[in-house]
Amino acid sequence: MPTYTMIVNGKPVTVEAPADMALLWVLRDKLGVRGPKFGCGIGVCRACTSHLNGAEIQPCVTPVAECSGQEVTTIEGLASGDDLHPVQEAWLEQDVAQCGYCQPGQIMAAAALLRTKQEITDEDIDRIANVCRCGTYFRIRQAIKSAAAKM
Amino acid sequence: MTCDNEVPVPGAQVPVRRRQFLTFLVAAPVLTVAVPGTAEAVIPTLPQPAEILDLGDVLILAGTPTAGALAVLRVGEDGVVTLELPRAEVGQGITTACAMLVAEELDLPLGQVRVTLADARPELLMNQLTGGSNTMRSVYGPVRQAAAAARARLLAAAARQHGVAVERLSTRDGAVILPDGRPIVYELLTSAAAQLTGTFAAQPKPASEHRLVGTPQSRIDARAMVTGQFKYTLDQDVPGAMPTVVRRPPTINGSVRSVDSAAAKAMPGVLAIGVVPTGVAVVAETFGQAMAARDALKVTWNPGTIDALSDKEIRAKLQAATLPFVVPPLLTQHLDMEFDFAFVSHAPMETNSAIADVRDDRAEIWAGLKSPIVAQQTIAAAIGLPESAVEVHVMQGGGSFGRRLFFDAALEAAQISKALRRPVKLMWDRKDDMRHGRARAASHHKLRATFGLGNVLTFEHRVASVETDFRHGLGEILTATAAKLPVAGNLSFAQTVFLTTCKVPYNFGVVTSLLNEVPLRMHTGSWRSVYSANTRGAEEVLVDQLAKKMGKDPVAFRREFLKTARQRAVLNKVVAEGQWGRSMPQGFAQGIGFHDEYKSCTACLVEIDARDPRNPRVVKAVIAVDVGRPINPRGLEAQMLGGLTDAISTTLRAGLHIDKGLPLEGSFSQFHYARQKDAPLDVRIHVMPATGEPGGAGELGVPAAVGAIANAYSRATGIVPSSFPIIFPVDFEPFPR
Repeated sequence: MPTYTMIVNGKPVTVEAPADMALLWVLRDKLGVRGPKFGCGIGVCRACTSHLNGAEIQPCVTPVAECSGQEVTTIEGLASGDDLHPVQEAWLEQDVAQCGYCQPGQIMAAAALLRTKQEITDEDIDRIANVCRCGTYFRIRQAIKSAAAKM
Repeated sequence: MTCDNEVPVPGAQVPVRRRQFLTFLVAAPVLTVAVPGTAEAVIPTLPQPAEILDLGDVLILAGTPTAGALAVLRVGEDGVVTLELPRAEVGQGITTACAMLVAEELDLPLGQVRVTLADARPELLMNQLTGGSNTMRSVYGPVRQAAAAARARLLAAAARQHGVAVERLSTRDGAVILPDGRPIVYELLTSAAAQLTGTFAAQPKPASEHRLVGTPQSRIDARAMVTGQFKYTLDQDVPGAMPTVVRRPPTINGSVRSVDSAAAKAMPGVLAIGVVPTGVAVVAETFGQAMAARDALKVTWNPGTIDALSDKEIRAKLQAATLPFVVPPLLTQHLDMEFDFAFVSHAPMETNSAIADVRDDRAEIWAGLKSPIVAQQTIAAAIGLPESAVEVHVMQGGGSFGRRLFFDAALEAAQISKALRRPVKLMWDRKDDMRHGRARAASHHKLRATFGLGNVLTFEHRVASVETDFRHGLGEILTATAAKLPVAGNLSFAQTVFLTTCKVPYNFGVVTSLLNEVPLRMHTGSWRSVYSANTRGAEEVLVDQLAKKMGKDPVAFRREFLKTARQRAVLNKVVAEGQWGRSMPQGFAQGIGFHDEYKSCTACLVEIDARDPRNPRVVKAVIAVDVGRPINPRGLEAQMLGGLTDAISTTLRAGLHIDKGLPLEGSFSQFHYARQKDAPLDVRIHVMPATGEPGGAGELGVPAAVGAIANAYSRATGIVPSSFPIIFPVDFEPFPR
């Protein structure tokens, strides 16, 4: 079985896995990184959303081989130590989470968006297609706007 | 430490240590029977059953004998107070609200209170069920009384230690305050308090003295959630429990005829494969490998239980089962309407999952469970162990919406663990969660109103629903068994739930609401607001049409016929805040809906953009909510927001198509639950001031919003919807079976 080395949340890791294994299972089952959640396995609910070199990916449909030598950031790696990322701070301020299960993915999607764009419009936020089954969308919208204003 | 208001509970999960103490309270929730006053110029309607005794009252009554044992409170030496709550947190914010109650009574900072979810505690009988919007209603008394008794005990310890009369002491910020103003922090008193004997009668504070309860607070678990540290069932590490999935049949309730697992067994990472009652289980080193091997299994199947049925046949059965009206449409003016509602998946983000470790002489289970006692009892019987040998841990769930009333994943995980003789970490795939999981039952509705001289004379509603499964009973084995009885078992439960939840809030003369159910052997279950979303949603659509026929504005009409001033107050609130009647561009419209349940009421005003009738969007919502006594207004607003999103989804786009014994939808790309692009750009929620005891809140938000959205849609497009969801094509290629 091939081995892959990558940077996960700032630390180099090496795993042995089939080339086509989804990154989600490498993270969750091999590395014990459980922040990214399974919700669909086909990249449509986006609960697992994380970053590859700072850009949004869905680890449930990203083969591990594609991440070799790259930088993977999950929700656990978004904050700098105890200092939360502005998006996480905004999430607390707006008390967004209900069941919380989709929120790591929502936050990572918002953080990726705010990395590429400072002026956020409602249309930008509408394009975030992560499902929140508790229906917290309006608070998510407010939190993203609040984070954007502070960044 | 046995005293009048503190009784030890057999089998309590928390070991009593010498230097901390526990309180268990005898509580006596009082059933208040209130018959609402009637408006004058309308023909009053006799109270319906739900106005006299609602489902929440029934659950509280069922729990009364054990209410004294409900709240287990531990005051630790570190000054942290822990409440062990025998309810399930699945996102509704009850742990935060309960922490607030404890902090309030003990005059503690909120950050010093922890709330954990109790394991299955069979001694609680019918008092460990999370449902019927009943948590805060049922625990408001017992939790405050437990905390008040703990405070009394701490005060007594301080009085003894410092030789002063208890009456001269007070509490503030986690400390007893001596007469000279010196604070003694609780942690310095815990040990002495634990050793006191005697009676510590204490009354909770009157609501007028509440400083924390009733103020908006953020969730106590929010930081863990936004940092990815929060642990759901499958985020736990249980030694030896490996990823497990199940290959399921091509139709609901199908069973395995034959399996060829040779290819699957040879695949990398595969650890074990075995047949269980629900399919073929595969255990592997990772979920990715387990799923790959599952897909490589060659299985032939026996038929399921509804293989011949598709939506068309089910709809015909429902129409045939709809009971007749009493009032003939003669001599009076009348309005008849019919509605259909599709099946709807619960689809919580965390799919059905559980961890099970079954050994020869004991078993341990971890899962999100809203009825853990009956889960424990059923699992024990299924794996041939005594109940006492099965430990059931309740995990915080990633959503439920009624889904986790059923413990099918926990039972299946236990069966797999027993069959394969290894601990397992079971996860349902999304496709299975939607196709073989639970769903809100499809229903057909016939309504007739007769009217004359400006009054509504009669109002009849006939609901025919595919059977909603209540075989979880009241959360323990006795009532669950009663619900399984072949004669009137589930149906009598269903009738009770229907009659104790659905009521017409208007003075419409003679009102009759009747339910008939079509038992189909498929997986249904209570879905947030049970019958009310469809039943009351349909009624709110009819109310708009009736107003139109009688030449009245929908708001003025509701104002005239609503029964109480409290109901009119929430209506008036959204009318004022939402500027009812303001002019809107072509294709846009406002719509209004009202709902009253579980001693709470709400009105919802939405604005819809339906310029393209096939692609509508609710762009604004204004909600007013009166729950009697809001514990945490911020949490209450979150519940109303969730109810609104559920209503947007199920009214406009989200449903399941049944095709030859199986739902076609298999993921969120096919089951169109709302996403951000479907959600309003502006939501305003107004929480009405407290007036009494807490009412229900968890399910309240759905029905009024269903009515408001459907009414806005018909006002914007001129099309009165009669089938929900309104936009419901099969716009995807279904996954293979």
